[in-house]
Amino acid sequence: MKIRTQGAFFALLFLAAAAAAEVPADYLRSLDTAARAGNPGFAGFSAGRGAAWFGSRHGTDWSCATCHTDNPLAGGRHATTGRSIAPLAPAANPERLSDTAKIEKWFKRNCNDVLGRACTPAEKGDVIAYLTSLKQ
Amino acid sequence: MIDDRRRKWFDGIVWTAAAVGIAMLVDAAHASDHRYAVDSATYQSECGSCHVAYPPALLGAGTWREIMRGLDRHFGTDSSVGVSAHAEIKAYLEAEAGRPRSAASTMRISDSPWFRKEHREVDAATWKSPAVKSAANCGACHRQAEQGDFSERNLVVPRRESR
Repeated sequence: MKIRTQGAFFALLFLAAAAAAEVPADYLRSLDTAARAGNPGFAGFSAGRGAAWFGSRHGTDWSCATCHTDNPLAGGRHATTGRSIAPLAPAANPERLSDTAKIEKWFKRNCNDVLGRACTPAEKGDVIAYLTSLKQ
Repeated sequence: MIDDRRRKWFDGIVWTAAAVGIAMLVDAAHASDHRYAVDSATYQSECGSCHVAYPPALLGAGTWREIMRGLDRHFGTDSSVGVSAHAEIKAYLEAEAGRPRSAASTMRISDSPWFRKEHREVDAATWKSPAVKSAANCGACHRQAEQGDFSERNLVVPRRESR
């Protein structure tokens, strides 16, 4: 039973890897629209800005990298519980950033923990640009 | 007369021994098992991403209710879930809750006398080792914790100086 479960898990993992998932286009569009509305001079999301933001602290003890490490292609560990965290970059983990509801759920939780507030659309778009720019 | 009294003594001792024996057997069966049901996919995916999806039987229903009331400030982090997932998880935890075990004030499974007794052989250095780090990190030693299996069979305590 256990072996069969593991087999099914790896089969699913393989299928997920074969079907290269993408960030939902309508979600990215909505972020872009909101970012432009908040800043008339907004010139598109930036992977470079996202990378710097990912590694910086924003008023709390944690940055994104505290749990996800500064290499999102690798796995991380939860800063409090020690639980292992699967890689965040879609190139290493195709399931990531493929489901709008999940993306928003984690932005809500983690932005509150790391920034003490909600992330802005520009911050979300930048960090997504950074994570999707990473290649193995 | 004397025989009668002796007989009563003897009966008393036999019954007491039997009672103690049965209690020990029940305790041993309980202690050697340590397998719990964790069988809600929603609970496992929503709560199990930051920590092991703790077996519902390890806390009482009242404590689970209180935990579910404060997910936006859950032991120092925001672990909010969607409305429908919240209702489903809350109902699941309440239905599968065990007898109240922990000190109600902290809501932590690891603060209960039961937890401390079970882990009395784990020394401070092991708790602090990088591989363990936190009492919440069940999987560091209980290799099948994700499946609710905390049996000694699947227990591997990491070496203190490792990693």
